[in-house]
Amino acid sequence: MNDEMAKLMVVFRTAPYGSIYSFEGLENVLIMGAYDQDVSVLFIDDGVFAIKKGMDNSGTGIKDFSPTFRALEAYDIEKIFIDRTSMESRGLTKDDLVIDAELIESDAVEKMMEEQKNFFMF
Amino acid sequence: MLHMINKSPFESMSLDDCLKYASKGSAIILYEDGIYAAMAGTALESKMNSIAGDYKVYVLKEDLMQRGIDKLISGVTEVDYAGFVDLVEEHKTCSW
Amino acid sequence: MKLGMIVMESPYQHEASDSAIQFAKAALAKGHEILRVFFYQDGVLNSTKLMEPQSDDRHIQKQWTAIGTENNIEFIVCVAAAKRRGINDTVTAEGFTIGGLGMLTELAIEADRLVEFRA
Repeated sequence: MNDEMAKLMVVFRTAPYGSIYSFEGLENVLIMGAYDQDVSVLFIDDGVFAIKKGMDNSGTGIKDFSPTFRALEAYDIEKIFIDRTSMESRGLTKDDLVIDAELIESDAVEKMMEEQKNFFMF
Repeated sequence: MLHMINKSPFESMSLDDCLKYASKGSAIILYEDGIYAAMAGTALESKMNSIAGDYKVYVLKEDLMQRGIDKLISGVTEVDYAGFVDLVEEHKTCSW
Repeated sequence: MKLGMIVMESPYQHEASDSAIQFAKAALAKGHEILRVFFYQDGVLNSTKLMEPQSDDRHIQKQWTAIGTENNIEFIVCVAAAKRRGINDTVTAEGFTIGGLGMLTELAIEADRLVEFRA
Protein backbone atom coordinates (compact mmCIF):
# COMPACT_ATOMS: atom_id res chain seq x y z
CA MET A 1 0.00 0.00 0.00
CA ASN A 2 1.22 3.51 -0.80
CA ASP A 3 2.09 5.72 2.12
CA GLU A 4 0.57 8.73 0.43
CA MET A 5 -3.12 9.34 0.88
CA ALA A 6 -5.15 8.52 -2.19
CA LYS A 7 -7.91 10.80 -3.36
CA LEU A 8 -11.06 8.71 -3.31
CA MET A 9 -14.68 9.72 -3.79
CA VAL A 10 -18.09 8.21 -3.37
CA VAL A 11 -20.74 9.64 -5.69
CA PHE A 12 -24.35 9.21 -4.62
CA ARG A 13 -26.68 9.35 -7.59
CA THR A 14 -29.42 6.90 -6.63
CA ALA A 15 -32.41 7.52 -4.38
CA PRO A 16 -32.37 5.66 -1.06
CA TYR A 17 -34.59 2.66 -0.15
CA GLY A 18 -35.79 1.91 -3.70
CA SER A 19 -32.50 0.05 -4.12
CA ILE A 20 -29.54 -0.69 -1.85
CA TYR A 21 -27.04 1.43 -3.81
CA SER A 22 -27.30 4.52 -1.62
CA PHE A 23 -26.94 2.52 1.61
CA GLU A 24 -23.87 0.72 0.31
CA GLY A 25 -22.41 4.02 -0.83
CA LEU A 26 -22.57 5.23 2.75
CA GLU A 27 -20.96 2.00 4.01
CA ASN A 28 -18.07 2.72 1.67
CA VAL A 29 -17.66 6.28 2.87
CA LEU A 30 -17.39 5.02 6.45
CA ILE A 31 -14.82 2.36 5.54
CA MET A 32 -12.75 4.83 3.53
CA GLY A 33 -12.75 7.14 6.52
CA ALA A 34 -11.20 4.36 8.57
CA TYR A 35 -8.40 4.01 6.00
CA ASP A 36 -7.21 7.60 6.47
CA GLN A 37 -7.53 8.54 2.82
CA ASP A 38 -8.41 11.88 1.20
CA VAL A 39 -12.13 11.15 0.87
CA SER A 40 -14.74 13.25 -0.89
CA VAL A 41 -18.49 12.68 -1.02
CA LEU A 42 -20.66 14.02 -3.81
CA PHE A 43 -24.43 14.00 -4.18
CA ILE A 44 -25.87 14.30 -7.69
CA ASP A 45 -29.21 13.49 -9.34
CA ASP A 46 -31.48 11.37 -7.10
CA GLY A 47 -28.56 10.92 -4.71
CA VAL A 48 -29.61 14.12 -2.95
CA PHE A 49 -32.76 12.36 -1.69
CA ALA A 50 -30.57 10.25 0.61
CA ILE A 51 -29.89 13.27 2.82
CA LYS A 52 -33.40 14.64 3.03
CA LYS A 53 -34.68 15.44 6.51
CA GLY A 54 -37.79 13.91 8.04
CA MET A 55 -37.50 10.25 7.14
CA ASP A 56 -39.87 7.94 9.02
CA ASN A 57 -39.47 4.21 8.53
CA SER A 58 -42.29 3.17 10.85
CA GLY A 59 -44.43 2.13 7.90
CA THR A 60 -41.84 0.07 6.05
CA GLY A 61 -39.36 -1.20 8.60
CA ILE A 62 -36.43 -0.42 6.29
CA LYS A 63 -33.42 0.86 8.21
CA ASP A 64 -33.24 4.67 8.09
CA PHE A 65 -29.59 5.43 7.44
CA SER A 66 -29.92 9.19 7.00
CA PRO A 67 -28.72 9.93 10.58
CA THR A 68 -25.38 8.33 9.75
CA PHE A 69 -24.67 11.07 7.22
CA ARG A 70 -24.70 13.52 10.09
CA ALA A 71 -21.90 11.54 11.72
CA LEU A 72 -19.50 11.81 8.78
CA GLU A 73 -17.56 14.62 10.39
CA ALA A 74 -16.73 12.32 13.26
CA TYR A 75 -15.03 10.11 10.68
CA ASP A 76 -12.99 13.11 9.47
CA ILE A 77 -14.94 13.28 6.26
CA GLU A 78 -15.45 16.94 5.61
CA LYS A 79 -15.31 17.25 1.82
CA ILE A 80 -19.00 16.93 1.08
CA PHE A 81 -20.50 18.41 -2.08
CA ILE A 82 -23.94 18.66 -3.64
CA ASP A 83 -24.74 19.42 -7.25
CA ARG A 84 -26.87 22.54 -6.93
CA THR A 85 -28.96 21.82 -10.03
CA SER A 86 -29.80 18.31 -8.86
CA MET A 87 -30.95 19.64 -5.50
CA GLU A 88 -32.96 22.56 -6.86
CA SER A 89 -34.58 20.60 -9.68
CA ARG A 90 -35.94 18.22 -7.02
CA GLY A 91 -37.56 21.08 -5.13
CA LEU A 92 -35.06 20.92 -2.27
CA THR A 93 -33.03 23.58 -0.51
CA LYS A 94 -30.12 23.18 1.90
CA ASP A 95 -32.62 23.57 4.75
CA ASP A 96 -34.25 20.32 3.68
CA LEU A 97 -31.05 18.32 4.13
CA VAL A 98 -29.61 16.58 7.20
CA ILE A 99 -26.06 17.74 6.49
CA ASP A 100 -24.38 20.95 5.51
CA ALA A 101 -22.45 20.61 2.29
CA GLU A 102 -20.86 22.80 -0.32
CA LEU A 103 -22.98 23.44 -3.40
CA ILE A 104 -21.18 23.02 -6.70
CA GLU A 105 -22.22 23.59 -10.29
CA SER A 106 -22.75 20.67 -12.66
CA ASP A 107 -19.79 21.57 -14.84
CA ALA A 108 -17.47 20.96 -11.87
CA VAL A 109 -18.61 17.36 -11.37
CA GLU A 110 -16.62 15.63 -14.10
CA LYS A 111 -13.49 17.55 -13.13
CA MET A 112 -13.93 16.44 -9.52
CA MET A 113 -14.19 12.84 -10.73
CA GLU A 114 -11.05 13.20 -12.85
CA GLU A 115 -9.07 14.47 -9.85
CA GLN A 116 -9.60 11.26 -7.91
CA LYS A 117 -7.35 8.25 -7.89
CA ASN A 118 -10.58 6.28 -8.14
CA PHE A 119 -14.22 6.90 -7.34
CA PHE A 120 -17.39 4.88 -6.90
CA MET A 121 -20.85 5.52 -8.29
CA PHE A 122 -23.66 4.44 -6.00
CA MET B 1 -13.53 10.31 -18.67
CA LEU B 2 -15.25 7.26 -20.13
CA HIS B 3 -18.93 7.44 -19.28
CA MET B 4 -20.50 3.99 -19.31
CA ILE B 5 -24.20 3.83 -20.21
CA ASN B 6 -25.96 0.48 -19.94
CA LYS B 7 -29.62 1.49 -19.85
CA SER B 8 -32.05 2.05 -22.70
CA PRO B 9 -32.66 5.76 -23.32
CA PHE B 10 -36.36 4.90 -23.75
CA GLU B 11 -36.52 3.67 -20.15
CA SER B 12 -33.87 5.54 -18.21
CA MET B 13 -32.48 9.02 -17.67
CA SER B 14 -28.92 7.78 -17.30
CA LEU B 15 -27.66 9.09 -20.65
CA ASP B 16 -29.35 12.47 -20.10
CA ASP B 17 -27.99 12.60 -16.55
CA CYS B 18 -24.49 11.79 -17.75
CA LEU B 19 -24.64 14.54 -20.37
CA LYS B 20 -25.40 17.15 -17.70
CA TYR B 21 -21.91 16.57 -16.31
CA ALA B 22 -19.82 15.29 -19.22
CA SER B 23 -17.75 17.94 -20.96
CA LYS B 24 -17.84 18.09 -24.74
CA GLY B 25 -15.36 15.67 -26.24
CA SER B 26 -15.63 13.16 -23.39
CA ALA B 27 -15.98 9.51 -24.30
CA ILE B 28 -19.23 7.61 -23.83
CA ILE B 29 -19.63 3.87 -24.30
CA LEU B 30 -23.09 2.44 -24.88
CA TYR B 31 -23.30 -1.20 -23.81
CA GLU B 32 -25.94 -3.68 -22.59
CA ASP B 33 -29.34 -1.95 -23.10
CA GLY B 34 -27.52 1.34 -23.60
CA ILE B 35 -26.85 0.37 -27.22
CA TYR B 36 -30.44 1.20 -28.20
CA ALA B 37 -29.48 4.88 -28.07
CA ALA B 38 -27.28 4.32 -31.13
CA MET B 39 -29.93 2.52 -33.19
CA ALA B 40 -30.88 4.22 -36.44
CA GLY B 41 -34.45 5.19 -37.22
CA THR B 42 -35.74 5.79 -33.70
CA ALA B 43 -37.46 8.89 -32.33
CA LEU B 44 -34.17 9.77 -30.65
CA GLU B 45 -32.10 9.76 -33.82
CA SER B 46 -31.74 13.52 -34.32
CA LYS B 47 -30.93 14.05 -30.63
CA MET B 48 -28.39 11.25 -30.77
CA ASN B 49 -26.83 12.65 -33.95
CA SER B 50 -26.21 15.87 -32.12
CA ILE B 51 -24.73 13.99 -29.12
CA ALA B 52 -22.49 11.97 -31.43
CA GLY B 53 -21.21 15.27 -32.82
CA ASP B 54 -20.33 16.65 -29.39
CA TYR B 55 -18.94 13.53 -27.71
CA LYS B 56 -16.91 10.50 -28.71
CA VAL B 57 -19.62 7.85 -28.69
CA TYR B 58 -18.67 4.16 -28.78
CA VAL B 59 -21.08 1.22 -29.01
CA LEU B 60 -20.24 -2.29 -27.83
CA LYS B 61 -20.38 -4.66 -30.79
CA GLU B 62 -21.14 -7.82 -28.83
CA ASP B 63 -24.23 -6.24 -27.25
CA LEU B 64 -25.41 -4.95 -30.66
CA MET B 65 -25.07 -8.44 -32.11
CA GLN B 66 -26.85 -10.02 -29.14
CA ARG B 67 -29.83 -7.72 -29.74
CA GLY B 68 -29.91 -7.92 -33.52
CA ILE B 69 -29.17 -4.24 -34.01
CA ASP B 70 -27.11 -3.58 -37.13
CA LYS B 71 -28.23 -0.17 -38.34
CA LEU B 72 -26.59 2.60 -36.34
CA ILE B 73 -26.76 6.36 -36.46
CA SER B 74 -23.77 8.01 -38.06
CA GLY B 75 -20.91 9.33 -36.00
CA VAL B 76 -20.69 6.49 -33.49
CA THR B 77 -17.83 3.98 -33.38
CA GLU B 78 -18.32 0.25 -32.87
CA VAL B 79 -15.86 -1.36 -30.48
CA ASP B 80 -15.56 -4.93 -29.30
CA TYR B 81 -14.60 -5.93 -25.74
CA ALA B 82 -10.92 -5.54 -26.61
CA GLY B 83 -11.67 -1.97 -27.70
CA PHE B 84 -13.68 -1.42 -24.50
CA VAL B 85 -10.59 -2.44 -22.50
CA ASP B 86 -8.46 0.02 -24.50
CA LEU B 87 -10.94 2.81 -23.70
CA VAL B 88 -10.72 1.96 -19.99
CA GLU B 89 -6.93 2.06 -20.19
CA GLU B 90 -7.16 5.57 -21.67
CA HIS B 91 -9.82 6.95 -19.32
CA LYS B 92 -11.15 6.79 -15.80
CA THR B 93 -14.62 5.24 -15.92
CA CYS B 94 -17.95 6.42 -14.60
CA SER B 95 -20.80 3.86 -14.55
CA TRP B 96 -24.18 5.57 -14.76
CA MET C 1 -2.77 -1.48 -16.29
CA LYS C 2 -3.78 -2.76 -12.88
CA LEU C 3 -7.55 -3.20 -12.97
CA GLY C 4 -10.07 -3.42 -10.22
CA MET C 5 -13.55 -4.72 -11.04
CA ILE C 6 -16.76 -4.52 -9.04
CA VAL C 7 -19.79 -6.69 -9.80
CA MET C 8 -22.95 -5.33 -8.18
CA GLU C 9 -25.76 -7.42 -9.67
CA SER C 10 -26.94 -10.99 -9.44
CA PRO C 11 -26.22 -13.34 -12.33
CA TYR C 12 -28.94 -13.96 -14.94
CA GLN C 13 -31.21 -11.23 -13.54
CA HIS C 14 -29.02 -8.54 -15.07
CA GLU C 15 -26.34 -8.55 -17.78
CA ALA C 16 -23.73 -7.02 -15.44
CA SER C 17 -22.07 -10.37 -14.62
CA ASP C 18 -21.86 -11.37 -18.29
CA SER C 19 -20.38 -8.00 -19.23
CA ALA C 20 -17.86 -8.27 -16.41
CA ILE C 21 -16.82 -11.77 -17.52
CA GLN C 22 -16.31 -10.72 -21.14
CA PHE C 23 -14.48 -7.59 -20.04
CA ALA C 24 -12.19 -9.60 -17.75
CA LYS C 25 -11.36 -12.06 -20.52
CA ALA C 26 -10.56 -9.24 -22.96
CA ALA C 27 -8.41 -7.42 -20.40
CA LEU C 28 -6.44 -10.57 -19.59
CA ALA C 29 -5.99 -11.33 -23.30
CA LYS C 30 -4.38 -7.93 -23.66
CA GLY C 31 -1.97 -8.66 -20.82
CA HIS C 32 -3.54 -6.42 -18.20
CA GLU C 33 -3.51 -7.41 -14.55
CA ILE C 34 -6.78 -7.76 -12.67
CA LEU C 35 -5.88 -7.07 -9.05
CA ARG C 36 -9.20 -8.18 -7.64
CA VAL C 37 -12.85 -8.65 -8.55
CA PHE C 38 -15.08 -7.47 -5.73
CA PHE C 39 -18.55 -9.06 -5.63
CA TYR C 40 -20.89 -6.67 -3.93
CA GLN C 41 -24.61 -6.18 -3.27
CA ASP C 42 -26.55 -8.82 -5.26
CA GLY C 43 -23.28 -9.53 -7.06
CA VAL C 44 -22.38 -11.90 -4.20
CA LEU C 45 -24.82 -14.39 -5.77
CA ASN C 46 -22.30 -14.96 -8.56
CA SER C 47 -20.25 -16.99 -6.10
CA THR C 48 -22.63 -19.79 -5.18
CA LYS C 49 -21.73 -23.29 -6.33
CA LEU C 50 -25.39 -24.23 -5.84
CA MET C 51 -26.33 -22.41 -9.03
CA GLU C 52 -27.66 -24.84 -11.59
CA PRO C 53 -28.73 -23.16 -14.83
CA GLN C 54 -30.46 -25.08 -17.59
CA SER C 55 -28.04 -27.10 -19.69
CA ASP C 56 -28.38 -24.89 -22.80
CA ASP C 57 -27.43 -21.74 -20.86
CA ARG C 58 -24.07 -20.44 -19.70
CA HIS C 59 -22.91 -21.27 -16.17
CA ILE C 60 -21.88 -17.93 -14.75
CA GLN C 61 -20.21 -19.21 -11.58
CA LYS C 62 -18.16 -21.76 -13.54
CA GLN C 63 -17.12 -19.04 -15.99
CA TRP C 64 -15.87 -16.97 -13.09
CA THR C 65 -14.09 -19.88 -11.43
CA ALA C 66 -12.31 -20.74 -14.69
CA ILE C 67 -11.11 -17.15 -15.14
CA GLY C 68 -10.04 -16.83 -11.53
CA THR C 69 -8.19 -20.11 -11.13
CA GLU C 70 -6.47 -19.99 -14.55
CA ASN C 71 -5.21 -16.47 -13.97
CA ASN C 72 -4.82 -16.50 -10.20
CA ILE C 73 -7.19 -13.56 -9.68
CA GLU C 74 -8.60 -12.77 -6.27
CA PHE C 75 -12.40 -12.87 -6.11
CA ILE C 76 -13.69 -11.25 -2.94
CA VAL C 77 -17.31 -11.71 -1.91
CA CYS C 78 -18.45 -8.91 0.40
CA VAL C 79 -19.16 -10.49 3.77
CA ALA C 80 -21.99 -8.21 4.85
CA ALA C 81 -23.72 -8.44 1.48
CA ALA C 82 -23.22 -12.21 1.46
CA LYS C 83 -24.69 -12.69 4.93
CA ARG C 84 -27.78 -10.72 3.98
CA ARG C 85 -28.34 -13.04 1.03
CA GLY C 86 -27.61 -16.42 2.60
CA ILE C 87 -24.15 -16.80 1.12
CA ASN C 88 -21.30 -18.12 3.27
CA ASP C 89 -18.18 -20.18 2.74
CA THR C 90 -20.15 -23.42 2.67
CA VAL C 91 -21.79 -22.35 -0.61
CA THR C 92 -19.09 -20.29 -2.30
CA ALA C 93 -17.41 -21.99 -5.25
CA GLU C 94 -13.71 -22.56 -5.86
CA GLY C 95 -11.89 -19.30 -6.43
CA PHE C 96 -14.19 -17.12 -4.32
CA THR C 97 -13.23 -15.83 -0.87
CA ILE C 98 -15.46 -14.01 1.61
CA GLY C 99 -13.91 -10.70 2.63
CA GLY C 100 -14.62 -7.32 4.13
CA LEU C 101 -15.57 -4.04 2.51
CA GLY C 102 -12.13 -2.67 3.37
CA MET C 103 -10.81 -4.79 0.51
CA LEU C 104 -12.83 -2.59 -1.84
CA THR C 105 -11.24 0.57 -0.44
CA GLU C 106 -7.82 -1.08 -0.77
CA LEU C 107 -8.64 -1.90 -4.38
CA ALA C 108 -9.55 1.74 -5.05
CA ILE C 109 -6.22 2.79 -3.56
CA GLU C 110 -4.17 0.26 -5.54
CA ALA C 111 -5.86 0.02 -8.93
CA ASP C 112 -5.03 2.20 -11.93
CA ARG C 113 -8.60 1.80 -13.08
CA LEU C 114 -11.79 0.72 -11.39
CA VAL C 115 -14.73 -0.54 -13.43
CA GLU C 116 -18.19 -0.99 -11.93
CA PHE C 117 -20.61 -3.48 -13.46
CA ARG C 118 -23.98 -2.49 -12.10
CA ALA C 119 -27.65 -1.99 -12.81
